[in-house]
Amino acid sequence: MSGFTSLLEYEKPLHAGYELLPFRFTQLSGDRYVVTNLAGEFTVLERPELEAFAKTQLSASDPVYSELKSKHFLTDGDSNVAIDLLALKVRTKLAPLANFTGLHIFVTTLRCEHSCPYCQVSRANDDRREFDMTEETASKAVDLVFRSPSPAIKIEFQGGESLLNQDIIEFTVEEVTRRNQQEKRDLAFVIATNLAVLDDRAITFARKHNILMSTSLDGPADLHNRNRPRPGGNSYEKAIQGIHRVRRELGRDRVGALMTTTVASLGRVREIIDEYVRQDFDGIFLRPLSPYGFAIKTKFYQSYDQSRWLEFYFEGLDYIIDLNLAGFPFLEHYAATILRKMLTPFQPGYVDLISPAGIGIGAIVYNYDGDVYASDESRMLAEMGDKTFCLGNVHTHSYDELLLSDNLLEPLEASFAGSAPMCSWCAFEPYCGSDPVFHHATQKDFVGKKPLSAFCSRNMSIFRGLVERMERPGVREMFERWAYMR
Amino acid sequence: MITLGAHRIQYNETAAALGRRTFRVTADDRRPMPLRAREAFMVRTGNYPEGFGCYLIPEGDAAQLNARHLAVAQVPEDLTYLADGDVIRILPERRSLRVLFRRSSPNNSFLLTERCNNYCLMCSQPPRNVQDGWIADEILDALPLIDPDTSEIGFTGGEPTLLGDRFLELVQACKSYLPRTALHVLSNGRTFADATFARRLSEITHPDLMIGVPIYSDLSHIHDYVVQADGAFDETVRGVMNLKQFGVRVEIRVVLHKQTIPRLPALARFITRNLLFADHVALMGLEMMGFTKANFDDLWIDPADYQAELAAATHTLDRARMNVSIYNSQLCLMDRSIWRFAKRSISDWKQEYMPECNGCAVIDQCAGFFASAKLRYSDHIAPVRAAA
Repeated sequence: MSGFTSLLEYEKPLHAGYELLPFRFTQLSGDRYVVTNLAGEFTVLERPELEAFAKTQLSASDPVYSELKSKHFLTDGDSNVAIDLLALKVRTKLAPLANFTGLHIFVTTLRCEHSCPYCQVSRANDDRREFDMTEETASKAVDLVFRSPSPAIKIEFQGGESLLNQDIIEFTVEEVTRRNQQEKRDLAFVIATNLAVLDDRAITFARKHNILMSTSLDGPADLHNRNRPRPGGNSYEKAIQGIHRVRRELGRDRVGALMTTTVASLGRVREIIDEYVRQDFDGIFLRPLSPYGFAIKTKFYQSYDQSRWLEFYFEGLDYIIDLNLAGFPFLEHYAATILRKMLTPFQPGYVDLISPAGIGIGAIVYNYDGDVYASDESRMLAEMGDKTFCLGNVHTHSYDELLLSDNLLEPLEASFAGSAPMCSWCAFEPYCGSDPVFHHATQKDFVGKKPLSAFCSRNMSIFRGLVERMERPGVREMFERWAYMR
Repeated sequence: MITLGAHRIQYNETAAALGRRTFRVTADDRRPMPLRAREAFMVRTGNYPEGFGCYLIPEGDAAQLNARHLAVAQVPEDLTYLADGDVIRILPERRSLRVLFRRSSPNNSFLLTERCNNYCLMCSQPPRNVQDGWIADEILDALPLIDPDTSEIGFTGGEPTLLGDRFLELVQACKSYLPRTALHVLSNGRTFADATFARRLSEITHPDLMIGVPIYSDLSHIHDYVVQADGAFDETVRGVMNLKQFGVRVEIRVVLHKQTIPRLPALARFITRNLLFADHVALMGLEMMGFTKANFDDLWIDPADYQAELAAATHTLDRARMNVSIYNSQLCLMDRSIWRFAKRSISDWKQEYMPECNGCAVIDQCAGFFASAKLRYSDHIAPVRAAA
């Protein structure tokens, strides 16, 4: 039948050349480069391919051309909808910013019956009530919570051991719930607890208000108990009992666990992961140690260097990948967060890996004494005597004064990765964050020199490591599953 | 296959004088008198209850035709499937009759126009550039007669949105007369590149509307080639973005053939990255109708030869938690990992099976074939021995 036009005719506009859309590239290894665009889409190119692309010498018949066009690295005369789609994708990535502060941390007390040497906040003896939050302070903090425009509000109770001041948890939850009858926000409550002091009262209250328990589990019993001393030396046993009690009485998904890496952990990543598998967790967050609190005083932070931690991380990640490839689904949460940035249109709200930084505008901390901090790390820094990120106090400052304070706006603006030296031209910037608190703590500068930044080198290694692992058969598919899991 | 219309209809003079009219069919002689003028009564026992707008009698009793001063139409054997609640249109001057709606069918579709601004290589309903605005009038007549408990109806074409304001009027009529009925519209989406048109559609706030839009490649020139329209890709993608911006649900439809298969996995990635907000993705086997026969050599690929691409694309979409279905495809060709996405998608009046299907354990779950597939179907059809 006549009247049909051949494919050759439709290809003609392609031969008139193409224009580059914004992109960045960073060496992966040898002659191979990671190329990313504004929306975080990426591909790996050989250096000659990258050069031909950048010099607009790529032929339209080259498969690389098709891939780069499909992923919006270039536009040609045949189509300009790429600009609209790219804009939509960038908007989607930035959209969560408009919600403003979603995570509100209440430090109910600094008291704790554990005495962990790596503890990132100073602790106090069990019976000194001067380190407890009062109702007056909690009430003022709740006023501030509802000033946030965020449609979703998560309240997390931390300590010390948060449950040692159960009165203020109950007061706060009830007050927030009562006010929410008018506010209609999507509420979530989390109690961060070592579970050692979990009692019937806490369980009953948590059931009534659908509260999630977040606890610490550092690995097998001997490692956990060594990391986390308490009277009786039974932190592990208490934690495991608590985990299973919460699962049984509140629901399988009502308890989460976090691990902290110490020198003693370094050779034992498989055992640590096995412990999480044994306890029926669906994943693990392999966390580095942060440079705050007692961790500094006790030299814990300096006690192993970055490369040893990365070895630990990748050994663990590869072990988890093998578990998955063998048919057992299990997640590494830090990788999953980054993969969500790499492989989906979404922007995860993880406050330590986001730019503009998550301080204040992603999460905010109300300390037991009413001081307001821009992040959990900010109050840890304050416990060490550095109140750079203290935004004010609930009793003396208004919401506007706190959220527009120079102590917040200056680090936010200075550290924005899109304009920070070395970050702004880094191909991994769309996946990374700006952590002004970390860089201030380690370099006394909100931006920091990136070649000296453990934050930078750690994340760069992980980005590269993830890209490389995706070339293993089956791993890209597994990573996509992780990326979309929420 | 069942005829959805018939010629050789004999109308008596009274019926001929009615001209083109739309009736709801009934065989119930106790219908309330006020309703009867809009209904066609199926005469089965020689009984002619008074007041019906029209009477349908079986072939072979010509004497009855003119014996009464009632509007009588004598219908052929193959229209005896007509049943209560069906809606017909009589066309006495053409001695024909169209069945517009069958209450017993879950797949009632209305062709809104034969005009189209695409000219797809595999079009099953080749467009014609004709003035067919009368079709919209006919559908507006039919909608009030349709059972409001109908679960779904479809609008198809041609390109329905070429009707412009009348298209919006038809969607409004569906909402007004059939508020509990899902409306599925097959559109190439290009008209919605005009954001105002997309907004106006959304403002009707139809309670259950889905626009099915074809995207055949992640690369503009290949899509434009398949639909034979330069610039169509950009307009279609902008149309989808506009529809979703205004909250109208969108289904992306991909026909599987020689021109779309090579980029299918890349298209799936493109959709997850750019159009993740689409409500459904349908990956559809080729129908051997219309232009497909003319472009056979450019389109035909044995489905057995594209299963790797189909599985890869399906899993990519599924991992992104998109709602994905495979239509018009046979289970015996598919990897079992994608069986759960395969739907029995072929309209009841089109669905058939082949001799090779004899003894198949999963025939009840299989989409089977369009009748038109007799022209050509996979060389690898074979009965599945063990059920899923």
